[in-house]
Amino acid sequence: MSLVELHAIYKSFGELEVLKGIDLRIEEGQVIALIGRSGSGKSTLLRAINGLETINDGTIMVAGKKVGDRDTDLLTLRLNVGMVFQQFNLFPHYTALENVMLSPQVVKKLSKAEAKEVAEEMLIKVGLSDKMLHYPDQLSGGQQQRVAIARALAMKPRVLLCDEVTSALDPELVNEVLAVVRQLAEEGMTLVMVTHEMRFAREVCDKLVFMHQGRIHESGAPEDVFANPKTPELANFVGGLAGAA
Amino acid sequence: MAYKFDFGAIVPHWELLLNGVVLTTELTVVGSVIGVSLGVLGAWARASRAPVISQIVGVYVELIRNTPFLVQLFFIFFGLPALGVKLTEFQAAVLAMVINLGAYSTEIIRAGILAIPQGQIEAAQSLAMNRVQIFRYVVILPALKKIWPALSSQIVIVMLGSSVCSQIAAEELTFAANYIQAMNFRAFEVYFIVTGVYLVMSILLRWMLKVFGNFLFERRNHV
Ligand SMILES: Nc1ncnc2c1ncn2[C@@H]1O[C@H](COP(=O)(O)OP(=O)(O)OP(=O)(O)O)[C@@H](O)[C@H]1O
Ligand SMILES: [Mg+2]
Repeated sequence: MSLVELHAIYKSFGELEVLKGIDLRIEEGQVIALIGRSGSGKSTLLRAINGLETINDGTIMVAGKKVGDRDTDLLTLRLNVGMVFQQFNLFPHYTALENVMLSPQVVKKLSKAEAKEVAEEMLIKVGLSDKMLHYPDQLSGGQQQRVAIARALAMKPRVLLCDEVTSALDPELVNEVLAVVRQLAEEGMTLVMVTHEMRFAREVCDKLVFMHQGRIHESGAPEDVFANPKTPELANFVGGLAGAA
Repeated sequence: MAYKFDFGAIVPHWELLLNGVVLTTELTVVGSVIGVSLGVLGAWARASRAPVISQIVGVYVELIRNTPFLVQLFFIFFGLPALGVKLTEFQAAVLAMVINLGAYSTEIIRAGILAIPQGQIEAAQSLAMNRVQIFRYVVILPALKKIWPALSSQIVIVMLGSSVCSQIAAEELTFAANYIQAMNFRAFEVYFIVTGVYLVMSILLRWMLKVFGNFLFERRNHV
Protein backbone atom coordinates (compact mmCIF):
# COMPACT_ATOMS: atom_id res chain seq x y z
CA MET A 1 0.00 0.00 0.00
CA SER A 2 1.36 3.36 -1.02
CA LEU A 3 1.42 6.21 1.44
CA VAL A 4 -0.42 8.50 -0.94
CA GLU A 5 -2.28 7.37 -4.04
CA LEU A 6 -3.68 9.76 -6.58
CA HIS A 7 -6.07 8.37 -9.09
CA ALA A 8 -7.37 10.23 -12.15
CA ILE A 9 -7.15 13.71 -10.65
CA TYR A 10 -8.83 16.44 -12.67
CA LYS A 11 -8.83 20.11 -11.83
CA SER A 12 -10.06 23.14 -13.74
CA PHE A 13 -10.03 26.83 -12.97
CA GLY A 14 -13.14 27.97 -14.83
CA GLU A 15 -12.59 27.03 -18.47
CA LEU A 16 -8.93 26.24 -17.98
CA GLU A 17 -8.24 22.57 -17.34
CA VAL A 18 -5.02 22.44 -15.34
CA LEU A 19 -4.83 18.80 -14.22
CA LYS A 20 -5.97 16.30 -16.82
CA GLY A 21 -6.02 12.94 -15.14
CA ILE A 22 -3.07 12.53 -12.83
CA ASP A 23 -2.15 9.11 -11.43
CA LEU A 24 0.66 9.03 -8.93
CA ARG A 25 1.76 6.83 -6.07
CA ILE A 26 3.97 8.12 -3.32
CA GLU A 27 5.70 5.32 -1.45
CA GLU A 28 6.92 5.55 2.11
CA GLY A 29 10.46 6.97 2.16
CA GLN A 30 10.39 7.99 -1.48
CA VAL A 31 11.79 11.31 -2.62
CA ILE A 32 10.03 12.59 -5.71
CA ALA A 33 10.89 15.66 -7.76
CA LEU A 34 8.16 17.28 -9.84
CA ILE A 35 9.55 19.17 -12.79
CA GLY A 36 8.04 20.89 -15.78
CA ARG A 37 7.48 24.20 -17.43
CA SER A 38 5.78 27.12 -15.76
CA GLY A 39 2.04 26.62 -15.91
CA SER A 40 2.23 22.84 -16.34
CA GLY A 41 0.27 22.33 -13.10
CA LYS A 42 2.96 21.38 -10.59
CA SER A 43 1.81 23.71 -7.81
CA THR A 44 -1.80 22.89 -8.44
CA LEU A 45 -1.02 19.20 -8.06
CA LEU A 46 0.81 19.71 -4.76
CA ARG A 47 -1.97 21.94 -3.47
CA ALA A 48 -4.54 19.34 -4.47
CA ILE A 49 -2.65 16.66 -2.55
CA ASN A 50 -2.87 18.85 0.54
CA GLY A 51 -6.51 19.78 0.02
CA LEU A 52 -5.77 23.44 -0.67
CA GLU A 53 -7.42 23.02 -4.08
CA THR A 54 -10.63 21.07 -4.34
CA ILE A 55 -10.40 18.65 -7.23
CA ASN A 56 -13.15 18.27 -9.81
CA ASP A 57 -12.69 14.54 -10.19
CA GLY A 58 -10.53 11.68 -9.03
CA THR A 59 -9.59 10.18 -5.71
CA ILE A 60 -6.87 10.81 -3.19
CA MET A 61 -6.02 8.04 -0.75
CA VAL A 62 -3.75 8.60 2.21
CA ALA A 63 -2.51 5.56 4.10
CA GLY A 64 -5.22 3.51 2.42
CA LYS A 65 -8.07 5.82 3.37
CA LYS A 66 -9.99 7.83 0.82
CA VAL A 67 -10.05 11.56 1.46
CA GLY A 68 -13.61 12.82 1.24
CA ASP A 69 -14.69 16.43 1.20
CA ARG A 70 -15.76 16.71 4.81
CA ASP A 71 -13.77 19.13 6.96
CA THR A 72 -12.61 16.35 9.27
CA ASP A 73 -11.26 14.38 6.30
CA LEU A 74 -9.23 17.39 5.29
CA LEU A 75 -7.80 17.80 8.77
CA THR A 76 -6.84 14.13 8.90
CA LEU A 77 -5.24 14.46 5.48
CA ARG A 78 -3.21 17.43 6.63
CA LEU A 79 -2.05 15.69 9.77
CA ASN A 80 -0.36 13.21 7.44
CA VAL A 81 0.72 15.61 4.72
CA GLY A 82 2.74 18.73 5.54
CA MET A 83 3.59 21.51 3.13
CA VAL A 84 6.25 24.16 2.69
CA PHE A 85 5.64 27.05 0.33
CA GLN A 86 7.72 29.23 -1.92
CA GLN A 87 6.88 32.28 0.18
CA PHE A 88 7.69 30.92 3.67
CA ASN A 89 4.36 32.22 5.03
CA LEU A 90 5.49 32.49 8.63
CA PHE A 91 3.10 34.10 11.09
CA PRO A 92 4.59 37.58 11.62
CA HIS A 93 3.35 38.09 15.17
CA TYR A 94 5.03 34.97 16.54
CA THR A 95 8.70 34.21 17.14
CA ALA A 96 10.36 31.36 15.27
CA LEU A 97 9.77 29.14 18.28
CA GLU A 98 6.11 30.14 18.57
CA ASN A 99 5.58 29.60 14.86
CA VAL A 100 6.76 26.02 15.28
CA MET A 101 4.97 25.43 18.60
CA LEU A 102 1.59 26.76 17.56
CA SER A 103 0.12 23.85 15.69
CA PRO A 104 1.40 21.06 17.96
CA GLN A 105 -0.16 22.99 20.80
CA VAL A 106 -3.53 23.95 19.38
CA VAL A 107 -4.09 21.08 16.95
CA LYS A 108 -2.37 18.18 18.65
CA LYS A 109 -3.15 19.57 22.10
CA LEU A 110 0.36 19.05 23.39
CA SER A 111 1.15 20.87 26.60
CA LYS A 112 3.21 24.00 26.27
CA ALA A 113 6.29 22.22 27.58
CA GLU A 114 5.88 19.30 25.17
CA ALA A 115 5.27 21.61 22.22
CA LYS A 116 8.32 23.63 23.15
CA GLU A 117 10.45 20.52 23.30
CA VAL A 118 9.34 19.39 19.84
CA ALA A 119 9.76 22.88 18.42
CA GLU A 120 13.25 23.27 19.81
CA GLU A 121 14.24 19.89 18.48
CA MET A 122 13.03 20.85 14.99
CA LEU A 123 14.66 24.26 15.03
CA ILE A 124 17.96 22.71 16.08
CA LYS A 125 17.57 20.20 13.27
CA VAL A 126 17.32 23.02 10.71
CA GLY A 127 20.27 24.79 12.28
CA LEU A 128 18.47 27.66 13.99
CA SER A 129 19.15 27.03 17.65
CA ASP A 130 20.35 30.61 18.02
CA LYS A 131 17.34 32.22 16.30
CA MET A 132 14.44 30.72 18.20
CA LEU A 133 13.29 33.95 19.78
CA HIS A 134 13.57 36.02 16.62
CA TYR A 135 10.54 37.26 14.76
CA PRO A 136 10.20 36.49 11.05
CA ASP A 137 11.11 40.02 10.02
CA GLN A 138 14.37 39.63 11.94
CA LEU A 139 15.39 36.59 9.89
CA SER A 140 16.86 36.21 6.42
CA GLY A 141 14.84 34.48 3.73
CA GLY A 142 16.84 31.29 4.11
CA GLN A 143 16.31 31.30 7.85
CA GLN A 144 12.61 31.98 7.45
CA GLN A 145 12.29 29.08 5.05
CA ARG A 146 14.09 26.81 7.51
CA VAL A 147 11.66 27.88 10.23
CA ALA A 148 8.83 27.03 7.84
CA ILE A 149 10.33 23.58 7.32
CA ALA A 150 10.71 23.10 11.08
CA ARG A 151 7.11 24.23 11.54
CA ALA A 152 5.85 21.63 9.10
CA LEU A 153 8.07 18.91 10.59
CA ALA A 154 6.88 19.61 14.12
CA MET A 155 3.52 18.13 13.16
CA LYS A 156 5.34 14.88 12.32
CA PRO A 157 3.76 14.49 8.89
CA ARG A 158 4.32 11.29 6.94
CA VAL A 159 4.90 13.20 3.71
CA LEU A 160 6.28 16.67 3.19
CA LEU A 161 5.33 18.62 0.08
CA CYS A 162 7.76 21.34 -0.97
CA ASP A 163 6.77 23.85 -3.62
CA GLU A 164 9.85 25.59 -5.01
CA VAL A 165 11.16 26.24 -1.53
CA THR A 166 14.26 28.02 -2.80
CA SER A 167 12.76 30.06 -5.63
CA ALA A 168 12.12 33.16 -3.55
CA LEU A 169 15.62 33.16 -2.08
CA ASP A 170 18.72 35.11 -2.98
CA PRO A 171 21.21 32.74 -4.65
CA GLU A 172 23.59 32.71 -1.68
CA LEU A 173 20.80 31.49 0.62
CA VAL A 174 19.66 28.61 -1.58
CA ASN A 175 22.19 26.11 -0.35
CA GLU A 176 21.40 26.33 3.34
CA VAL A 177 17.80 25.39 2.58
CA LEU A 178 18.73 22.66 0.12
CA ALA A 179 21.07 21.21 2.73
CA VAL A 180 18.15 20.84 5.12
CA VAL A 181 16.02 19.16 2.47
CA ARG A 182 18.87 16.85 1.58
CA GLN A 183 19.28 15.89 5.21
CA LEU A 184 15.57 15.09 5.47
CA ALA A 185 15.82 12.92 2.38
CA GLU A 186 18.78 11.08 3.86
CA GLU A 187 16.88 10.49 7.07
CA GLY A 188 14.18 8.72 5.11
CA MET A 189 11.51 11.41 5.10
CA THR A 190 8.99 11.00 2.31
CA LEU A 191 9.24 14.09 0.12
CA VAL A 192 7.54 15.46 -2.95
CA MET A 193 9.17 18.57 -4.22
CA VAL A 194 8.61 20.90 -7.09
CA THR A 195 12.01 22.22 -8.03
CA HIS A 196 14.01 23.91 -10.72
CA GLU A 197 17.27 22.80 -9.11
CA MET A 198 17.95 19.97 -11.55
CA ARG A 199 21.29 19.00 -10.15
CA PHE A 200 19.85 18.76 -6.69
CA ALA A 201 16.91 16.73 -7.99
CA ARG A 202 19.26 14.36 -9.73
CA GLU A 203 21.35 13.83 -6.62
CA VAL A 204 18.64 13.53 -4.03
CA CYS A 205 15.56 12.07 -5.68
CA ASP A 206 14.53 8.47 -6.30
CA LYS A 207 11.99 9.45 -8.87
CA LEU A 208 11.56 12.26 -11.30
CA VAL A 209 8.11 13.23 -12.54
CA PHE A 210 7.91 15.46 -15.58
CA MET A 211 4.64 17.32 -15.95
CA HIS A 212 3.52 18.75 -19.24
CA GLN A 213 0.23 20.50 -19.93
CA GLY A 214 -1.55 19.05 -16.94
CA ARG A 215 -0.40 15.46 -17.41
CA ILE A 216 2.44 13.36 -16.13
CA HIS A 217 4.30 13.13 -19.36
CA GLU A 218 7.18 10.98 -18.28
CA SER A 219 8.60 9.65 -15.05
CA GLY A 220 11.34 7.40 -13.79
CA ALA A 221 14.69 7.26 -12.07
CA PRO A 222 16.51 10.59 -12.43
CA GLU A 223 19.54 9.18 -14.27
CA ASP A 224 17.38 7.47 -16.89
CA VAL A 225 15.08 10.39 -17.35
CA PHE A 226 17.88 12.88 -17.77
CA ALA A 227 20.06 10.63 -19.91
CA ASN A 228 17.40 9.17 -22.19
CA PRO A 229 14.31 11.32 -22.34
CA LYS A 230 11.68 9.32 -24.21
CA THR A 231 9.59 12.24 -25.35
CA PRO A 232 10.61 15.31 -27.34
CA GLU A 233 8.95 17.55 -24.72
CA LEU A 234 11.19 16.28 -21.94
CA ALA A 235 14.27 16.31 -24.18
CA ASN A 236 13.40 19.86 -25.01
CA PHE A 237 12.89 20.78 -21.36
CA VAL A 238 16.13 19.17 -20.23
CA GLY A 239 18.00 20.58 -23.22
CA GLY A 240 16.60 24.04 -22.57
CA LEU A 241 17.90 23.88 -19.03
CA ALA A 242 21.34 22.75 -20.15
CA GLY A 243 21.42 25.57 -22.69
CA ALA A 244 20.48 28.09 -20.06
CA ALA A 245 23.07 26.90 -17.59
CA MET B 1 -26.24 95.73 26.76
CA ALA B 2 -23.23 93.46 26.64
CA TYR B 3 -23.53 89.86 27.83
CA LYS B 4 -21.74 89.41 31.16
CA PHE B 5 -19.98 86.08 31.39
CA ASP B 6 -20.47 84.22 34.61
CA PHE B 7 -18.74 80.87 34.72
CA GLY B 8 -19.33 80.81 38.45
CA ALA B 9 -22.97 80.09 37.72
CA ILE B 10 -21.97 76.59 36.65
CA VAL B 11 -20.19 75.69 39.86
CA PRO B 12 -23.28 74.73 41.87
CA HIS B 13 -24.10 72.16 39.16
CA TRP B 14 -20.77 70.37 39.15
CA GLU B 15 -22.32 67.17 40.40
CA LEU B 16 -24.67 67.02 37.43
CA LEU B 17 -21.75 67.51 35.07
CA LEU B 18 -19.72 64.87 36.84
CA ASN B 19 -22.62 62.44 36.61
CA GLY B 20 -22.80 63.24 32.93
CA VAL B 21 -19.12 62.47 32.47
CA VAL B 22 -19.51 59.19 34.34
CA LEU B 23 -22.50 58.12 32.29
CA THR B 24 -20.85 59.10 29.01
CA THR B 25 -17.83 57.07 30.05
CA GLU B 26 -19.97 54.09 30.96
CA LEU B 27 -21.86 54.27 27.69
CA THR B 28 -18.59 54.47 25.78
CA VAL B 29 -16.86 51.63 27.58
CA VAL B 30 -19.79 49.21 27.47
CA GLY B 31 -20.77 50.26 23.96
CA SER B 32 -17.23 49.94 22.62
CA VAL B 33 -16.40 46.60 24.19
CA ILE B 34 -19.60 44.95 23.00
CA GLY B 35 -19.67 46.89 19.74
CA VAL B 36 -16.12 45.93 18.73
CA SER B 37 -16.78 42.31 19.72
CA LEU B 38 -19.80 42.38 17.46
CA GLY B 39 -17.61 43.91 14.77
CA VAL B 40 -15.10 41.08 15.07
CA LEU B 41 -17.85 38.49 14.64
CA GLY B 42 -19.42 40.49 11.82
CA ALA B 43 -16.10 40.85 10.04
CA TRP B 44 -15.44 37.14 10.35
CA ALA B 45 -18.86 36.39 8.88
CA ARG B 46 -18.29 38.89 6.06
CA ALA B 47 -14.85 37.53 5.24
CA SER B 48 -15.87 33.89 5.48
CA ARG B 49 -17.22 32.06 2.52
CA ALA B 50 -20.58 31.33 4.13
CA PRO B 51 -22.73 33.27 1.65
CA VAL B 52 -26.00 33.51 3.57
CA ILE B 53 -24.52 34.75 6.84
CA SER B 54 -22.18 37.07 5.00
CA GLN B 55 -25.11 38.63 3.13
CA ILE B 56 -27.21 39.02 6.26
CA VAL B 57 -24.34 40.84 7.95
CA GLY B 58 -23.87 42.92 4.79
CA VAL B 59 -27.49 44.08 4.93
CA TYR B 60 -27.10 44.98 8.61
CA VAL B 61 -23.95 46.98 7.91
CA GLU B 62 -25.50 48.91 5.03
CA LEU B 63 -28.70 49.54 6.96
CA ILE B 64 -26.84 51.08 9.88
CA ARG B 65 -24.29 53.01 7.83
CA ASN B 66 -26.97 54.62 5.69
CA THR B 67 -29.35 55.84 8.38
CA PRO B 68 -28.91 58.52 11.07
CA PHE B 69 -27.81 57.46 14.53
CA LEU B 70 -30.57 59.58 16.08
CA VAL B 71 -33.23 57.69 14.13
CA GLN B 72 -31.68 54.35 15.15
CA LEU B 73 -31.79 55.49 18.75
CA PHE B 74 -35.40 56.66 18.52
CA PHE B 75 -36.37 53.45 16.85
CA ILE B 76 -34.91 51.42 19.68
CA PHE B 77 -36.26 53.60 22.48
CA PHE B 78 -39.61 54.75 21.12
CA GLY B 79 -40.26 52.19 18.40
CA LEU B 80 -39.43 48.84 19.98
CA PRO B 81 -41.95 49.15 22.84
CA ALA B 82 -44.61 48.53 20.17
CA LEU B 83 -43.12 45.01 20.00
CA GLY B 84 -43.14 44.77 23.77
CA VAL B 85 -39.42 45.54 24.12
CA LYS B 86 -39.26 48.30 26.70
CA LEU B 87 -35.73 49.45 27.53
CA THR B 88 -34.44 52.00 30.01
CA GLU B 89 -32.72 55.09 28.62
CA PHE B 90 -29.32 53.63 29.43
CA GLN B 91 -30.10 50.26 27.88
CA ALA B 92 -31.48 51.86 24.75
CA ALA B 93 -28.46 54.15 24.47
CA VAL B 94 -26.01 51.26 24.88
CA LEU B 95 -27.88 49.08 22.43
CA ALA B 96 -27.95 51.85 19.84
CA MET B 97 -24.21 52.45 20.27
CA VAL B 98 -23.43 48.75 20.08
CA ILE B 99 -25.45 48.29 16.91
CA ASN B 100 -23.92 51.39 15.38
CA LEU B 101 -20.30 50.62 16.26
CA GLY B 102 -20.85 46.96 15.40
CA ALA B 103 -21.69 47.92 11.83
CA TYR B 104 -18.86 50.40 11.32
CA SER B 105 -16.26 48.21 12.99
CA THR B 106 -17.39 45.20 10.95
CA GLU B 107 -16.27 47.01 7.82
CA ILE B 108 -13.06 48.31 9.38
CA ILE B 109 -12.02 44.94 10.80
CA ARG B 110 -12.98 43.17 7.59
CA ALA B 111 -10.48 45.33 5.75
CA GLY B 112 -7.84 44.19 8.25
CA ILE B 113 -8.75 40.54 7.76
CA LEU B 114 -8.62 40.86 3.98
CA ALA B 115 -5.14 42.35 4.29
CA ILE B 116 -3.77 39.14 5.82
CA PRO B 117 -1.79 37.37 3.08
CA GLN B 118 -3.67 34.33 1.80
CA GLY B 119 -0.44 32.35 2.07
CA GLN B 120 -0.46 32.61 5.85
CA ILE B 121 -3.95 31.20 5.99
CA GLU B 122 -2.95 28.38 3.66
CA ALA B 123 0.09 27.66 5.81
CA ALA B 124 -2.19 27.40 8.82
CA GLN B 125 -4.54 25.12 6.90
CA SER B 126 -1.66 22.90 5.88
CA LEU B 127 -0.79 22.66 9.58
CA ALA B 128 -4.23 21.10 10.10
CA MET B 129 -5.72 24.04 11.97
CA ASN B 130 -9.48 24.42 11.67
CA ARG B 131 -11.30 27.65 10.83
CA VAL B 132 -11.74 28.79 14.39
CA GLN B 133 -8.10 28.13 15.27
CA ILE B 134 -6.89 29.95 12.16
CA PHE B 135 -9.04 32.96 12.96
CA ARG B 136 -8.03 33.05 16.59
CA TYR B 137 -4.30 32.37 16.34
CA VAL B 138 -3.31 33.53 12.87
CA VAL B 139 -5.75 36.12 11.61
CA ILE B 140 -7.33 38.33 14.22
CA LEU B 141 -4.37 39.90 15.97
CA PRO B 142 -2.42 41.00 12.86
CA ALA B 143 -5.74 42.10 11.34
CA LEU B 144 -6.59 44.30 14.32
CA LYS B 145 -3.08 45.66 14.34
CA LYS B 146 -3.43 46.83 10.75
CA ILE B 147 -6.64 48.75 11.38
CA TRP B 148 -6.16 49.82 15.00
CA PRO B 149 -5.85 53.56 14.21
CA ALA B 150 -9.06 53.51 12.15
CA LEU B 151 -10.87 51.50 14.81
CA SER B 152 -9.68 53.89 17.52
CA SER B 153 -11.06 56.85 15.59
CA GLN B 154 -14.37 55.09 15.21
CA ILE B 155 -14.57 54.47 18.95
CA VAL B 156 -13.92 58.16 19.61
CA ILE B 157 -16.63 59.04 17.11
CA VAL B 158 -19.00 56.77 18.98
CA MET B 159 -18.14 58.41 22.28
CA LEU B 160 -18.87 61.84 20.83
CA GLY B 161 -21.97 60.48 19.16
CA SER B 162 -23.26 59.39 22.55
CA SER B 163 -24.23 63.05 23.09
CA VAL B 164 -27.21 62.28 20.89
CA CYS B 165 -28.49 60.00 23.64
CA SER B 166 -29.51 63.14 25.54
CA GLN B 167 -32.47 63.12 23.17
CA ILE B 168 -33.99 60.16 24.96
CA ALA B 169 -33.09 61.68 28.33
CA ALA B 170 -30.15 59.39 29.00
CA GLU B 171 -28.40 61.55 31.57
CA GLU B 172 -25.02 61.73 29.90
CA LEU B 173 -22.86 64.82 29.56
CA THR B 174 -24.85 66.67 26.91
CA PHE B 175 -28.06 65.98 28.78
CA ALA B 176 -26.50 67.49 31.89
CA ALA B 177 -25.45 70.56 29.93
CA ASN B 178 -28.92 71.02 28.44
CA TYR B 179 -30.43 70.66 31.88
CA ILE B 180 -28.10 73.18 33.54
CA GLN B 181 -28.58 75.83 30.89
CA ALA B 182 -32.34 75.41 31.13
CA MET B 183 -32.08 76.26 34.82
CA ASN B 184 -29.60 79.13 34.76
CA PHE B 185 -29.82 80.33 31.13
CA ARG B 186 -26.00 80.30 30.97
CA ALA B 187 -25.86 78.60 27.57
CA PHE B 188 -22.49 80.01 26.52
CA GLU B 189 -20.74 79.09 29.72
CA VAL B 190 -22.23 75.62 29.99
CA TYR B 191 -21.57 74.59 26.41
CA PHE B 192 -18.15 76.15 26.50
CA ILE B 193 -17.21 74.03 29.47
CA VAL B 194 -18.84 70.91 28.10
CA THR B 195 -16.99 71.35 24.81
CA GLY B 196 -13.78 71.43 26.79
CA VAL B 197 -14.77 68.34 28.74
CA TYR B 198 -15.54 66.40 25.55
CA LEU B 199 -12.22 67.52 24.11
CA VAL B 200 -10.32 66.28 27.13
CA MET B 201 -12.27 63.01 27.15
CA SER B 202 -11.50 62.45 23.46
CA ILE B 203 -7.81 63.07 23.95
CA LEU B 204 -7.74 60.77 26.96
CA LEU B 205 -9.64 58.07 25.11
CA ARG B 206 -7.31 58.25 22.11
CA TRP B 207 -4.34 57.99 24.41
CA MET B 208 -5.78 55.00 26.27
CA LEU B 209 -6.60 53.25 23.02
CA LYS B 210 -3.07 53.79 21.88
CA VAL B 211 -1.63 52.37 25.08
CA PHE B 212 -4.03 49.44 24.91
CA GLY B 213 -3.04 48.83 21.30
CA ASN B 214 0.63 48.84 22.21
CA PHE B 215 -0.08 46.31 24.92
CA LEU B 216 -2.14 44.14 22.60
CA PHE B 217 0.35 44.08 19.74
CA GLU B 218 3.50 44.15 21.80
CA ARG B 219 6.05 41.48 20.95
CA ARG B 220 5.82 38.92 23.69
CA ASN B 221 5.05 35.27 24.14
CA HIS B 222 1.60 34.44 22.89
CA VAL B 223 1.58 30.69 22.70
N1 LIG C 1 -6.32 30.09 -8.48
C1 LIG C 1 -6.19 30.03 -9.83
N2 LIG C 1 -7.14 30.56 -10.63
C2 LIG C 1 -7.03 30.49 -11.97
N3 LIG C 1 -6.02 29.91 -12.62
C3 LIG C 1 -5.05 29.36 -11.89
C4 LIG C 1 -5.08 29.40 -10.46
N4 LIG C 1 -3.98 28.78 -10.00
C5 LIG C 1 -3.29 28.38 -11.08
N5 LIG C 1 -3.91 28.73 -12.22
C6 LIG C 1 -3.47 28.42 -13.57
O1 LIG C 1 -3.24 27.03 -13.66
C7 LIG C 1 -2.12 26.76 -14.44
C8 LIG C 1 -1.14 25.89 -13.69
O2 LIG C 1 -0.65 26.64 -12.60
P1 LIG C 1 0.41 26.07 -11.56
O3 LIG C 1 0.63 27.14 -10.57
O4 LIG C 1 -0.04 24.76 -11.07
O5 LIG C 1 1.69 25.91 -12.48
P2 LIG C 1 3.17 25.52 -12.08
O6 LIG C 1 3.51 24.32 -12.86
O7 LIG C 1 3.30 25.45 -10.61
O8 LIG C 1 3.97 26.76 -12.64
P3 LIG C 1 5.24 27.54 -12.03
O9 LIG C 1 6.45 26.73 -12.39
O10 LIG C 1 5.20 28.86 -12.71
O11 LIG C 1 5.03 27.65 -10.55
C9 LIG C 1 -1.55 28.09 -14.89
O12 LIG C 1 -1.98 28.36 -16.19
C10 LIG C 1 -2.13 29.07 -13.91
O13 LIG C 1 -2.30 30.31 -14.50
MG1 LIG D 1 4.26 26.64 -9.12
